Amino acid sequence: MNWLGMYTLFYKELLRFSKVVLQTVMAPVITALLYLLVFSHVLEEHVSVYENVTYTAFLIPGLIMMSIIQNAFSNSSSSLIQSKMTGNIIFVLLTPLSYLEFYCAFMLAAIVRGLVVGLGIYLVAIFFVELPLYSIGWLLLFGFTGSAVLGTIGIITGVWAEKYDHIAGIQNFIIIPLSFLSGVFYSIHSLPELWQQVSHFNPFFYMIDGFRYGFFGISDVSPVMSLLVVLITWGVLGSATLIMLKSGYKLRD
Amino acid sequence: MTSAIQIDNVHKHYGKVHALQGMSLSIQQGEFFGLLGPNGAGKSTLINIIAGLTRMDSGHVSVMGHDVVTSYRQSRNALGVVPQELVYDPFFNVRELLRIQAGYFGKGKEIEPWIDTLLEGLKLTDKADVNMQALSGGMKRRVLIAQALVHKPPVVILDEPTAGVDVELRNSLWQFVQMLHREGHTIVLTTHYLEEAENLCERIAIINEGAIIALDSKAALLERGVGNTCKVSITLAQPLCEIPAALQDKIKIHEQNHIEFTLKRDSDSIMMLIDTLRKAGAEIVDIKTEDADLEDVFIELTRAVKQ
Repeated sequence: MNWLGMYTLFYKELLRFSKVVLQTVMAPVITALLYLLVFSHVLEEHVSVYENVTYTAFLIPGLIMMSIIQNAFSNSSSSLIQSKMTGNIIFVLLTPLSYLEFYCAFMLAAIVRGLVVGLGIYLVAIFFVELPLYSIGWLLLFGFTGSAVLGTIGIITGVWAEKYDHIAGIQNFIIIPLSFLSGVFYSIHSLPELWQQVSHFNPFFYMIDGFRYGFFGISDVSPVMSLLVVLITWGVLGSATLIMLKSGYKLRD
Repeated sequence: MTSAIQIDNVHKHYGKVHALQGMSLSIQQGEFFGLLGPNGAGKSTLINIIAGLTRMDSGHVSVMGHDVVTSYRQSRNALGVVPQELVYDPFFNVRELLRIQAGYFGKGKEIEPWIDTLLEGLKLTDKADVNMQALSGGMKRRVLIAQALVHKPPVVILDEPTAGVDVELRNSLWQFVQMLHREGHTIVLTTHYLEEAENLCERIAIINEGAIIALDSKAALLERGVGNTCKVSITLAQPLCEIPAALQDKIKIHEQNHIEFTLKRDSDSIMMLIDTLRKAGAEIVDIKTEDADLEDVFIELTRAVKQ
């Protein structure tokens, strides 16, 4: 393993998003807080999801995880498409970095970006809402694996995409709908039977449900089951990404 | 001694286009080697295959004895490539970029003195903390060279490094590259400026349509031109309405009252040229003869392949 090479690529990715921190960290934190403000104000008195948990408190873990998901995806996908469009991806491709090191560096950077944004929302939200913390272990586990899955999807998208529009397409037609329909704003038990069944095919639902379990110790499905689904999703997508990177698809013609 | 670059029977197709047609070439350590050819000849494809940016359909390529496919880590460690396009990462300053590039190759803080040396050698010291976006085109080109050299590769490929660069910068870049060569680096150069290849390279391959059409020392290649042809530049008092048919296929350049002819030494003569022009009513005011240069050899060879 070229450990220093992999660390350098990882560090470069961190440096890249830290140089535009307003766009990559502050903006998603503000967006999540606006959601919190609007939805909690409108629905606080009307919706009760879990016993002894206010709607605003219920909403926060979902918003945090949704932001983790979206930002992890954005980090790897936008970095790769920018590098491809400007041509500077060549500086990575000319080096002795292996496809595994390439994958790990981009994925780990996406995880860090996701977790930093999530932490930012949490730190601001607890000023306004009393939020229990049932298990930090489950929180970190779902935060890490969830952002790893989305970082991986971001790599696949970034490698496949030939223009910014392709990234926007995947983000707006797949990532955002799946994250909105994964129980961020509601418990799936409040849905009709059919949509409850459909929700079980959405891997984002397990990420958010498991993450919420870390706060309240309550979830729609068992956190072990959720973790298993997320890990299997990561395994399948990670393997596909490694096969794609090894083949040189759209990177080495 | 192991070749710096060994290319054996390399084929590459892009759809129906046979971009490289079984190319074989050996570049020795310490050589200053020129790779010439018209646009679309296959130069960039060949360089990309050596650098691992493009996958060949068949054949073998090694850098300093390391196969570019099976031992890519070693081959890429031995190779520095200055890309043709002026690409850069807009997020970083010059020193950050060089540190990052060295880090990819597993080089840590120990490389700092070398980074300082590169910055100094390429006259970039005062730009070390300047963001890439703020640099001029020429400065960006120097950073590309520094990036290619930052991991101290023994073999350096420069893919048209002086395209669009002003004369002063071009000269300083060549001085730096010549210094690298004197220090023992193998240099492979592709360029459109044939006089550069003529001045710098010891051995030259001319490629066209994916195949090598000439591979020889510079002197031998020039001798081919000198042996077969010579250039005759004629200035007339007035432009001719029509150049005589017998001279049509010998015209190299025709601008107003200035005509440049390429004559075959074994079958043409300058007297015949002058007589034919005079019979056509031309009044010759100046005449110059010159031996062929690399450009003539290049044009002659690529034209011969087309025919």
